[in-house]
Parts: sequence; C-alpha cells; structure tokens
Amino acid sequence: MASPVLEIRDLTVAIADSGGDRTNAIEQVSLQVMPGEIVCVVGESGSGKSVTSQAVMALLPKGQLMIASGSIKLEGDELTTKSPSEMRAVRGKRVAMVFQEPMTALNPVERCGDQIAEVLEIHTDLDAKGRRARVLEVMRSVHLPDPEQMADAYPHQLSGGQRQRVMIAMALVLDPAVLIADEPTTALDVTTQAQILKLIREMQQRRNTGVLFITHDFGVVSEIADRVVVMQKGRIVEQGSKAAILSAPREAYTKMLIGAVPSLVPPVRTAITAPVTLETVALNKTYGKRGFLQPAARVVKAVTDVSFEIRRGETLGIVGESGSGKSTVARCIARLVDPTSGRIDIDGVDIARMSERSLRPYRRRVQIVFQDPYRSLNPRRTVGQSIIEGPVNFGLPHADAIARARDLMGLVGLSPDALDRFPHQFSGGQRQRIAIARALAMEPTLLIGDEPVSALDVSVQAQVLQLLDAVRKKFDLAVLFITHDLRVAAQICDRIAVMQRGVVVETGPTAAVFSQPQHEYTRALFSAAPGQGFGNRIGAGQVADALPVAAV
Amino acid sequence: MFAFILRRLLATIPVLITVALFAFLLLRLTPSDPAAIIAGDTATAEQVAGIRAKLGLDEPIYTQFFIWTGKLLHGDFGESFYFKKTVAELIADRVEPTLALALCTIVLAILVAVPLGVIAARLHGSWIDRLMMGFSVLGFSVPVFVIGYCLLYVFARELRWLPSNGYNRLADGFGPWAQHIILPTLTLSVVYIALIARMTRASMLEVLSEDYVRTARAKGQIERRVLFRHALRNAAVPIVTVIGLGIALLIGGVVVTESVYSIPGLGRLTVEAVLARDFPVIQAVILLFSVVYVMINLAVDVIYSVLDPRIRY
Repeated sequence: MASPVLEIRDLTVAIADSGGDRTNAIEQVSLQVMPGEIVCVVGESGSGKSVTSQAVMALLPKGQLMIASGSIKLEGDELTTKSPSEMRAVRGKRVAMVFQEPMTALNPVERCGDQIAEVLEIHTDLDAKGRRARVLEVMRSVHLPDPEQMADAYPHQLSGGQRQRVMIAMALVLDPAVLIADEPTTALDVTTQAQILKLIREMQQRRNTGVLFITHDFGVVSEIADRVVVMQKGRIVEQGSKAAILSAPREAYTKMLIGAVPSLVPPVRTAITAPVTLETVALNKTYGKRGFLQPAARVVKAVTDVSFEIRRGETLGIVGESGSGKSTVARCIARLVDPTSGRIDIDGVDIARMSERSLRPYRRRVQIVFQDPYRSLNPRRTVGQSIIEGPVNFGLPHADAIARARDLMGLVGLSPDALDRFPHQFSGGQRQRIAIARALAMEPTLLIGDEPVSALDVSVQAQVLQLLDAVRKKFDLAVLFITHDLRVAAQICDRIAVMQRGVVVETGPTAAVFSQPQHEYTRALFSAAPGQGFGNRIGAGQVADALPVAAV
Repeated sequence: MFAFILRRLLATIPVLITVALFAFLLLRLTPSDPAAIIAGDTATAEQVAGIRAKLGLDEPIYTQFFIWTGKLLHGDFGESFYFKKTVAELIADRVEPTLALALCTIVLAILVAVPLGVIAARLHGSWIDRLMMGFSVLGFSVPVFVIGYCLLYVFARELRWLPSNGYNRLADGFGPWAQHIILPTLTLSVVYIALIARMTRASMLEVLSEDYVRTARAKGQIERRVLFRHALRNAAVPIVTVIGLGIALLIGGVVVTESVYSIPGLGRLTVEAVLARDFPVIQAVILLFSVVYVMINLAVDVIYSVLDPRIRY
C-alpha cells in the first residue's frame, strides 16, 4: 500500500493570549491524505478547518497561533521542526494552496502570467523564456482560453472562474505532492463552481496529487470527496469514506449538519391569493451615461423590463448568479438606487419616481435585511440604538420605541436585556436576528432579504430561515427573497423568478420551476447545483419543523 | 491616456484664468500705493503721480487687467517696480536654488520615509514601530524654523562642518553646492519624512492583511519581496497622494527655510516682493506656483494609473 503524502498526527495549535473560551484552536487533530486522494474537511466557522491548513503551510498568524504539539509529515518529511527558510522552500513547491476569494487572492496590480511565473522564479533556475513557456503550458492545462493574452491580463480583467483557474495554475505549476484547497468554490457562481470542481478533479487525477479540500458545503463534498473529515470546535468529530459519512453518519453533530442542508425538492405549497403588496412593471436600471468631453456612451443595462408581483403573506424568490441584477432589483424597490424607468407599486402607489420628501412615508413600508450581518450593523452603536433609530425618526416616542424593541428581541429569540450590547458581542446568526428585528421595528409591509443567510453556517442558516418564515406568517408580510442558493430558495419561496443578465427568464410556483424548468438557463443553473442526489429526501432541512422554534 | 492628459491640460485653462484674476484683484484691493513706495519718502505729489502714470496705475482696474493678461500671453511678465529688472529675468535668477531645495527635499523624504514606513508596518506594535511613530509626531509638531536654527547651531556654529548661509550654483561645482544645500534640505524634509512615513505605515498595515499577501507567502516568497513587490505597490496610491500634497505644501516651507539660511530663491523673492508691494513680481510668482500645482496634480493622476492598472481615465 502507498504511503500517505500528508500525515497529520495529534496536532494541537494553541491560541497565544487565550482570553476567550478556548485555549487551543485545534486539538489532537489526526488525518492523512494518500496520493491521488481528495480528503474533504467539513465544518462550520470556528471548527478549526482553516487553522489546520495554515498549520500545514506554516502560515499561522504570527504571535497569535502556534503549534503546541503533534507532527505534520509531508511525504514522510517532518514539517513542524523546519526553520522558516526551509519552509519557504516547501511552500509553493511541494505543498501549494488555492484560496477562497480569487478576486482578493491575486495581486491586483500584477499581470496574471507574472504571478504564476513568480513561483518558478522562487523555486527554479529557469530563465525568463523558460518561465514564460511553463506559464503558458500550465495555463493551457487549466483550460484558460487564449493563454498568451490571459498571461498579460490583470486579475480584474478576468471573470471569477478564470481567476480561480489562474490560482489553480499557480498552485500546480510545480506539481506539488499536496494541494490544499480552502473553500475554493465558495465565492463562485454555481455554474462556475461546477467547472472548477471538475478542473480540480481532472488536474488531481492526472498528476496524482493529494488534495486537502476544505469546505462547509455538503453538496460540494458529495461531488468531490473520496474521504470526509468532520470537524467541530477544533476537534475531529468523525472521519471515513464519503459513502459512510454522507449516508450513515454515526455522530450526532454530523447528523445535525447533514440534516440542516436544505433539500433541492421544494415542499408542496398552496398558491396565495391575498391582495398584491408589491408590483413592478417593466422596471429598468441602466448605469453610465455620456459624460462631458467623453465621446462614446458606455451604458450597462443592469436590469431590463423586470415585472413581477408579490402578494401579502407570500415569499417571492429571485435566484440568479452574480451580475444577474437581482440585488439591483431589490435596491430599486427600496429606492436605494433610482430606477431608470418602470413602475414600482407599493400597496397600489407608484413610488418609482417619487421625490425624497413624498417617498418618506413609504420608506418604512419597505425594509431590507442584508447579507453580511457583520457589516450591516453600526459597530459603534448598541443594537438597541440601531433598532429604535428608525421608529424614532418616524415620530415614535423613545419609550415606546424601546418597548417595541424589547418585544422584537424576544420575538427573534434573543434576550430583551441584550439591547445595551454592541454588535460584536453577538454571533453571526444572532446579528442576523437583530437585523431582522431592526427591519420589523419599522412595521413594514414588504421585507426584502438580500442573501440574508448566505454568510451563515448551515445549522444557523436553518434557524434564521425558520425565523424569517415565522415573521412572514405572524405579520402577514410580503417577502422578496434574493439568493443564489437553490436549496434555500426551494425551501422558503412560494414562487421563484430566475434572473440572467438583468432579465427575468422564468417565473412560476417554486415546485413547478424546480420540477419542470422551462428556460434553458434555468436548466443549466439547476444541473450545476452540486450534489444533486444528496439530501433530497422530502423534508430535509425543511423550514417548518427542523429545529426548536424561537419564541415566536 | 494621451487623450486624458490633453483633456486635463485643457481643463487647466479656466483654472489659470481664475487664478490670474484673483492674483490681480487681491493686490489691487490692498490699501497701498506702489508708486508712493517707489518714489520714496521725499517725493512730491507730482512725482508720485508721474510714476503712477508711467506704471499704468492710473488706468481703470479692468484696463489694467487686460493690458496685463495681454502681455502675459506674449510671455511678458512686466518689469519689477522695485528691482528694476524684468520679472522674467528676476525669476530665472532665483529659480535654481528653490528648485534644487525642493527636489532634494522630496527625494530625501521619499528615500527615508517609505522604507521607514514599511519597516514600521512590518514590525507593527514593536518598540521599533513605536519609536518611529514617536519621532514622526515630533517631526510634525516642531516648526520648520526651530529645526533650522537647531541644525545651524549644531552643524554650522559648534561643529563648523557646514556653511550657515547662502547658496552656490551647481554650475560652480558639486562640492560647494552640496555643502550649501545639505542643512536646508534636512530642515525642510523633517516634516515630510514624518508625514510620508506615517502614511506609508498606515497604508501598508491595511495591505498586509490582504489575501494576496498571504498568497505570496504561500508561494514561498521571501519576506522582503512580499513587502516590496506585492504589498508596497498596492499601498502606493495613498502614499503618492500624500507626496503630491507634500510637494504642493512645500512652497510654504521653502519661504521659511530660505529666510533662515539666506538662500536667494523664489521664497525670499516672494517675501521681498510682498514687502515692497512689487505687484508684477507677486503676480508672476502666484501664477508660476499655480502652474506647478496643476502639473503636480496631473503627474500624480498619471502615476496612479501606472501603479494600479485598475485606474483608467
């Protein structure tokens, strides 16, 4: 039997000044990667999966984390005792890494080809001509179109998928024994993700590379893994073959994680016939106009002729990839950007071109919950101040606003006494609950969620979705739910609109769109969703009864 | 890029017209009469009126403005009331010391401050970092003339290593030129070293936490290259902005420094011209400086797009 290319044994990484609840970031972690094998490390945020990969690369943040005990062997060669300069000779050559965000992981001011060539500069004696030849060769092997031209392009001139291909080319140019992929497809669109997963599989098989693949997404796991390692709070909970972990998990935590993944099969829903709350008619938004002394007009059509309606108590989902215009639609409806043309009727009144002054009473009726709860709450104000700000602006007496805020905190499952605390004192899921409470404090008739659960761990995601559904029922809200995640859309939306390049290509009841997609793009989008066969039993991760209900 | 530079140059025309108008009006509206100053204490009213007529000061203000701008367009900056030379000659005489001082200051400041800032950012939170930042606060807060007199006291009076005043033309030999320019350059550059080092540090700190810095380390790149190849160029835009602003602010510092070291440059000329109500000289200097400002701004914008390919005009 072949020996492992990467063997981690009893690895413990200590946190330097652990004022927090944990003294170690990871504890007693043991795992191995065989040549030609893909090992997926799965876990939620804080599980220590990224720390494990950083420890292998000797890239732990200096002064904060350090290896306390254990061993890391690369092809039998102990890494933990190597000096920094010895590790530099290993990094990039024998073990390489692909990161999550291809946009930020590439140096924006250096040409892509030069960034790949840099690896050769560091580790080989090739001259400039030889480096160029190798760069073009590896760029061709990751299927980048027109490598000559791409090599001279800057990262911002490439698409997200192309950038990730450049990252992979950079990692594989010296044929490392081990490739560490840290959430390499999380920031990508679903169709691009499918291509990149295929590419990693192909490259790894051709070169017999061992891959340590870090992810939080069980769809991706079911697509690519040979073996699976499940981590929680710095410890390995369970590991085994893909089939064993996915179909017969032993540990409760693994079962919970897998159970929380929403199913791609939508539940049966009855059509809603309540009055229409929001109607858009031929909504358009174009960016860019002819400037002074600027000859050619560069007009980008972000949204073209979008028409839909949402009834009271109904959830309409807009799904689409990045750049499809789904967030722009939401921002137009909330009048955070001004639409170029078209109508936006809120309870029958067109607000598309209302002046700021006459718009004011309608502002409170449309509220948004944004994607990133870390950034959508002002870090210098207590959550109480954030929640009451809107109602007080609209004339509610301070004491009444506070009382309402306390009620709402209870409603979203948090203690009313937490109003005096600051956003950083809450977890991501709690912050999103606060964001929902903030929106509800305005007593809206339309609630817009712009990817409200995309930044959350899967177990927390299920709870927040459940909360959103509960408040929709309680307040009879119309909800516009924007997401790129088809699994989430399947579970929470009554109807779905699929957007591509600013145009709604298909609308219909969720069940109908999922079972019989009409448009070619919808079919492409659905077939790209990772892990088609995985977790599709009816009711999996379903909103209604997955987890204990917060005080609703 | 070419079209951009052309457009920017065209856009400077209204700026310069506005500056010219302001320069002209500002001085005419001050309650003083250059004719009386030129004529001296013992002049009769007729003599003063004669001088006024000769200088064209008895014409209505707008006529004076049009005569003056008309001449400007032909490259004629007029004649100094006080120095009895043409303004063009006067400025040509005085421009070399100022230019030399300004260039030496900026070059020294950049060469010292940028590496200091990078090191401070790399050693963020260490005693070296704190020491450097402490010095930079000092550099900000001590006035130019205090630094000047301190340096003079130590290097010219006590140690007698360097001359205490004057300027030697570069054409008369590099040695004497360098001896005369060292102290003024040191004096003037302290505040810019402080400013640029702080900006470099702040900008580098931000960039060092970026993902592509981590990527560079993951490639096995050595730390020096990580800092200078990957981080510094990305951190450069705000640094260049501050350097550009610094050059613009330099003018004020030049006036003081030239006075401390008795250097016959544009700064001294400006002071002398203001005290003598020498309108043609003051106007020419103001116009000259504003052209320099505009050009620096343009240069900074061009450098942005060279440093960062995402910036395109």
